[in-house]
Amino acid sequence: MPKLYTFLKYFFVVLWACFVIAPFLWAISTSFKDFNSVTGGATYIPWLQFEPTLDGWSVLFKPGSQGGINIIGPYFNSIFVTLTASLISIVLGTLAAYALSRYTFKAGIVKNNDITFFFISQRIMPPVVLSIPFFIFLSSLGLLDSLAGLILVYIVLLMPIAVWIMVDFFNRVPREIDETALIDGCNPFQAFFKVVLPNSVPGMLVAGLFCIIFGWIDFFFAFILTFTKVQLLPVKIVALNSSITPWWSLSAAALVSVAPLIIVAFIVERYLSKGNLSGALK
Amino acid sequence: MNFKHKYVFLLPGLIVLIGILIFPIIFTVRLSLSGWNSFNPGLDFIGLKNYIRLFTDDPRFWQSFFRLSFLAITTVFLQYIIGFALAHMVWKDIKFKRFFRVLFLIPMMTTPVIMTVIWRTFFHESLGPLNDFLSIFGVQPPWLSSPGLAKVSIIVVEVWQWTSFMFLLMLAGLLSLPKEPFLAAAVDGASPFKKFIYVTFPLMAPISIGAIIIRLIEASKIMDTVFVLTSGGPGTSTETSSFFIFIKGLREFQMGYAATASFTYLIIMIISLTIIVKVLTKVLMRE
Repeated sequence: MPKLYTFLKYFFVVLWACFVIAPFLWAISTSFKDFNSVTGGATYIPWLQFEPTLDGWSVLFKPGSQGGINIIGPYFNSIFVTLTASLISIVLGTLAAYALSRYTFKAGIVKNNDITFFFISQRIMPPVVLSIPFFIFLSSLGLLDSLAGLILVYIVLLMPIAVWIMVDFFNRVPREIDETALIDGCNPFQAFFKVVLPNSVPGMLVAGLFCIIFGWIDFFFAFILTFTKVQLLPVKIVALNSSITPWWSLSAAALVSVAPLIIVAFIVERYLSKGNLSGALK
Repeated sequence: MNFKHKYVFLLPGLIVLIGILIFPIIFTVRLSLSGWNSFNPGLDFIGLKNYIRLFTDDPRFWQSFFRLSFLAITTVFLQYIIGFALAHMVWKDIKFKRFFRVLFLIPMMTTPVIMTVIWRTFFHESLGPLNDFLSIFGVQPPWLSSPGLAKVSIIVVEVWQWTSFMFLLMLAGLLSLPKEPFLAAAVDGASPFKKFIYVTFPLMAPISIGAIIIRLIEASKIMDTVFVLTSGGPGTSTETSSFFIFIKGLREFQMGYAATASFTYLIIMIISLTIIVKVLTKVLMRE
């Protein structure tokens, strides 16, 4: 019986691993093909089944005037927007989460839990519902097709995540820490910045990782709210997906764009193994 | 503790969030009462006409809504079963534990639209590897151009993408469980199966509820996958609510009507998620 279980366990885990890895292997193989090897039917192994070329990769770094795609600009835009919005969300979200975890708020029937729920419930809002009003809102501010406008919108996407993780985290940090600091003569701000914050770095890192993931993988707002001046990576790549799709450069661009976040998978796993994530995510 | 400090902590975040959101929300409600379209742009007032049209004369909206419910519930159910199973399998003794953990985490880190573009080439009828493999068995299913299979393709991609998120939440939960109940079960000589039913599963119930709710909220917004993989097609057979609103508002420019659909969709979403939370809590927390 235990042997059967072990066998099934390995079978299932390996099967799922193959499923997870399949699109990546396909993309890697496709990125070295050219027009003829793509339209000739599905092939997988370079040299043996098709003649590999680097065209799909080199076209990514050429400017548009030379028939290239040039994803470098969009790449930096994506990094800038994701990091800035994540940073602002973490700062504001951590402060709000601290208040919600340590103090009691009461205004009529609205209590702490309701305020926390208000923050988190913003995730329920489907992007498409917000897209039309945001479009008009940003154009009236002159922020359409700009990095600042996108950052503004991404804060709405990311702050709920930061608040969700940090409220749970602060609820786990013992209150005695701040109380001791207050007795020692700190005012609440000093207590927060000198004592609580240094103890909250693990939670903030987890919240930060999640903000970066969900900021980096967003497509819809960037698609609706930017056109030509500012382009983010997903929009640029999906734009290649037209009637005559260059599968090779598409695959190469896709691989380049998902690469940085795969590092995040390693960091998250480290946290899991050390047991730091469990507290912050439960 | 001092009273005023708490507002200094809370208000910056709250004000920023409300400040960015207040206009879009009020505007959506106002827009839903107008007949704004490409011939007649502007905020006129036509009362509840849009709502009457939506509720009495638009089967397409309701079809897209039921399709969304079907897709969301199916994918989240599969993600939960597979994610929990995977988390349980790599929780304790298994070879290459960390390798599998990292690998299973990767899909959620990848941009859905970009991976869907790859999946679209993967499902390609004549040039994709899937049909190349299936041709061994002599079949070439039209993955993206038949209404039924297009839904299956979307489910496959959604499950590929988001099982890893479920896996992460469930594994984090498993790793935070106390050790004592398992020791007690071992002393009583419980079989692995019984251990799971009577110890692991009940302990994981609150985490399961949280994870399912989070995934349902995210799944209720399915849009990116549909947009790239099938564009709602063939016909309207894979159109979800978000995609319907997108077509009405930003392709046909019936802004007023799209706002009506948005607002209705949002209200239904909030009500049904509240009900689901209640039901799940009742079912999974029986003990």
